[in-house]
Amino acid sequence: MEYKRIGRIVKINGNMVSVEFDTIAVQNEVAYILHEDEHLKAEVIRIRGQIAETQVYEGTSGLKVGEKVGFTEELLSVELGPGLLGQIFDGLQNPLPELAKKSGFFLKRGVYLEALSAGSKWNFTPLRKTKDKIRAGDRIGFVPERIFKHYIMAPFGLAGALEIIKIAEKGPYKLKDKIATLKDQNGKLHEVTLVQNWPVKVPISAYREKLKPEEPLITKMRLIDSLFPVGKGGTYCIPGPFGSGKTVLQQLTSRHAEVDIVVIAACGERAGEVVETLKTFPELIDPRTGKPLSERTVIICNTSSMPVAARESSVYTAVTIAEYYRQMGLNVLLLADSTSRWAQAMREMSGRLEEIPGEEAFPAYLESRIASFYERAGMVRLWDGSYGSVTIGGTVSPAGGNFEEPVTQATLKVVGAFHGLSRERSDARRYPAIDPLISWSKYKSIIDPAQMQAGHRILKKSHDISQMMKVIGEEGTSLEDFIDYLKGEFFDFVYLQQNAFDPVDEATSAERQKYVFNFIYEKILKTKFDFKDKEEARHFFHTLRQEFKGWNSIAPDTDEFKKIEKDIIALIGEKCKESIPTLSE
Amino acid sequence: MQRVYTDIIRIAGDVITVEADGIGYNDIAEVTTKMGMSLAQVIRLDDKKVSLQVFAGSRGISTGDKVRFLGHPMRVSSGKNLIGRIFNGSGAPLDKGPALSENLIDIGGPSVNPVKRIIPNKMIRTGIPMIDVFNSLVVSQKLPIFSIAGEPYNELLARIAIQAEVDIIILGGMGLKYDDYLFFKSKLEKEGALSRSIFFMHTAADPTVECLLVPDISLAVAEQFALEGKKVLTLLTDMTNFADALKEISITMEQVPSNRGYPGDLYSQLAARYEKAVDFDSAGSITILAVTTMPGDDITHPVPDNTGYITEGQFYLKNKVIEPFGSLSRLKQQVNGKTRDDHRTIMDTMIQLFAGYRETLEKQAMGFQISSWDGKLLKYGKIFEKDLMSLEVNIPLEKALDRGWEILAECFTPEETGIKKSMIEKRWPKYE
Repeated sequence: MEYKRIGRIVKINGNMVSVEFDTIAVQNEVAYILHEDEHLKAEVIRIRGQIAETQVYEGTSGLKVGEKVGFTEELLSVELGPGLLGQIFDGLQNPLPELAKKSGFFLKRGVYLEALSAGSKWNFTPLRKTKDKIRAGDRIGFVPERIFKHYIMAPFGLAGALEIIKIAEKGPYKLKDKIATLKDQNGKLHEVTLVQNWPVKVPISAYREKLKPEEPLITKMRLIDSLFPVGKGGTYCIPGPFGSGKTVLQQLTSRHAEVDIVVIAACGERAGEVVETLKTFPELIDPRTGKPLSERTVIICNTSSMPVAARESSVYTAVTIAEYYRQMGLNVLLLADSTSRWAQAMREMSGRLEEIPGEEAFPAYLESRIASFYERAGMVRLWDGSYGSVTIGGTVSPAGGNFEEPVTQATLKVVGAFHGLSRERSDARRYPAIDPLISWSKYKSIIDPAQMQAGHRILKKSHDISQMMKVIGEEGTSLEDFIDYLKGEFFDFVYLQQNAFDPVDEATSAERQKYVFNFIYEKILKTKFDFKDKEEARHFFHTLRQEFKGWNSIAPDTDEFKKIEKDIIALIGEKCKESIPTLSE
Repeated sequence: MQRVYTDIIRIAGDVITVEADGIGYNDIAEVTTKMGMSLAQVIRLDDKKVSLQVFAGSRGISTGDKVRFLGHPMRVSSGKNLIGRIFNGSGAPLDKGPALSENLIDIGGPSVNPVKRIIPNKMIRTGIPMIDVFNSLVVSQKLPIFSIAGEPYNELLARIAIQAEVDIIILGGMGLKYDDYLFFKSKLEKEGALSRSIFFMHTAADPTVECLLVPDISLAVAEQFALEGKKVLTLLTDMTNFADALKEISITMEQVPSNRGYPGDLYSQLAARYEKAVDFDSAGSITILAVTTMPGDDITHPVPDNTGYITEGQFYLKNKVIEPFGSLSRLKQQVNGKTRDDHRTIMDTMIQLFAGYRETLEKQAMGFQISSWDGKLLKYGKIFEKDLMSLEVNIPLEKALDRGWEILAECFTPEETGIKKSMIEKRWPKYE
């Protein structure tokens, strides 16, 4: 590799290496530490006098003071082009399966492979012709990638109007073959290939405008879609103590969410969980496309024992890939698990830089970094009038399960929905363990607002009554209150809770959610029941719950579904004071 | 190149600083004092100033003492010759056997490429119903025992080690009481397990920082065996002492502490060790069972808290039993569907009923009315505690499941358990 400038190591502290340079150094440029026959990637993160402080993306064992460092003048970038889908990368976009072929069981340091195989061939179809006037981000042609048209776009970084001087004809091309030549306003020529590079920490902004997220993103999780919805192009966070089911929730979302592409950033978490995703996704069929889930998924995986600086870059790598597919008019969902590990990576580096610490030793810029990351989500209108979106869902792992800590608080300020997991709910095996009493969402639900409010109200009331019962006992509670308590518990058990191991119950379509929510609202929440005593009330709701749970695991549009529905209505009819509304036609 | 330096310019805590050239980061050195020789490791390089943590502690080091750099990171001998042997935290023999120097490997090696791992799928049988039935232990799992001081966690570790069907047992002791060390030794000897065990022992009397090496040495040796296709069980007790040693060094190095004095990279440090647990694609495996003592039974303390985020569940040892609530094996779903068709049913039903029993106990304590159902629950809970929960019980999984059905039948009617009909017909005990 050619280096622009050479410096020498003067100080080593963990993964922070200080380098003395003679001429200039560029903030955030990539540098390589030249240690024996290894080249270790690093990034300049602070410059003081003639010393550039770099964070090394690898272990630093064996490095010595005086060793040479080559500066590249390039920012940390990723390759964007066909072939990303279905891949598994580390935080620096090294393809892990290729690395395994090359180095075997272990991640040998200093081995960097091309993210996309340069030898692969793609069938290019031009959409433009010579002399056409275009701008950065405009589509000039496409290649088929899996089930998508993968558009080849004018490089995002070019400014002003561009003229197509030359464009390739339809046919197969290698990734780095020239397929077009563009001329900018200053007459400078730019070559276009199927792949382009983009610095990860800079958002791609080649679109007309950013819009407010209006359309709900269906996750098929009833508790989320109905009560705490997420908007397409929106952001949400899932904080929760360990063992409360964050990762399972993310895995379910990555399977069922109604989006085109899912980018998973496994950031500083267990390797075992990534293994599960990457071994099972090729076998799971996406019901919407009939193809394996892996074909619409990109995994960025920097697990907890991999180098910590690359953990910091992994979320940026992931969001850049998400933005790239958004530019093609697709809806992309980025799931980051866990943003706390990313924040901790910043904290480790900040400590080594001896910066003045903020709360819990996190750096003072923690909030702004978190905010600018989530701000990369959005629904955008592209130059050609089509729409694309990036939705970001991040888990947070608060220390001690306490939501008052800095990462949770900084995240809550900038996201549009909060799905707080609670240990009580997960201990009681009430999954998903999103606590309806503390969670919130600013997005529009698929459920009628009045009905949704009623749902929230009964949960709150039921909780209050159960708290009271702990003090005064069941015998001190009025029958009326007791019925409300049972209604809330019923609603929780049959609607909020979902069985991830049941093939039907694990994912509920928007249609079914609307139908069932309306059913519960009209026929149970609004109904005045007539019971002799609490024992009868309890028995009734237990039976109702059993029936309803059975209903949940029956596919809609079947005779069985209709039969159980009738049984439930009959059951309710026996115990209500007034006649209930009959089956809505 | 000169390798021996005598210019120690700073001694603070267990860290010494010496002026030297051409030293590699993380390299090992020997510090020779009038008290003897100790290993030390480079933890910071600042131009010519080399800071080392001295594993035997800095007491008695003179500014004129010799520091000899070995020019490589910490290494340990690996292979068959280690089996049955006992070493200290730096890998020196504690038994009467010879020092070993063949097959040297670097400790704290790189992490495993995730694509070379397989989804864990083999259960480790322990004979403890609270584990086998309710929170199955799985090959390649990393699982700590959360406990307060005084609980029999080392006894539990030793029992699992003896009963587990593994090829090699590696015991890494950190800040272990000498009594406990003797306990492990005699227990394994008595059960004939010493011949497949390797000990790396750091006792409470040894210098604190020496225990920093124990997990790395134990796991490096384990990794070699696993690569040769062996099933290895690594026991680490007690990881809280390891975390405290990290804290001590980081404070000495004037690092900004993050939470209760622990360094900001505590999570990464713990993860680097625990993540060594692995089931290799086409080779052996490493399973890690560790002990994390919780100061003041506080699960939000930084050490158990960070550990919980890393490990695949935890066994929560309280009042001398494995507490069903708070204990979790995240991998149990991978194996408990393949053992016996009633395993999951028994697991779910008995725990739900046991939760009911705990609620009834509370109700009883508050002086509320006790219904006939409550009476049944109280009876059930007592038998459950005695026959399944007690750590005295030592029965195979199948026996434990059978016993579960018997207990249910003793206390409830089939309908009251909520178990589905087909399972009741097949398994409910019929007394003539």
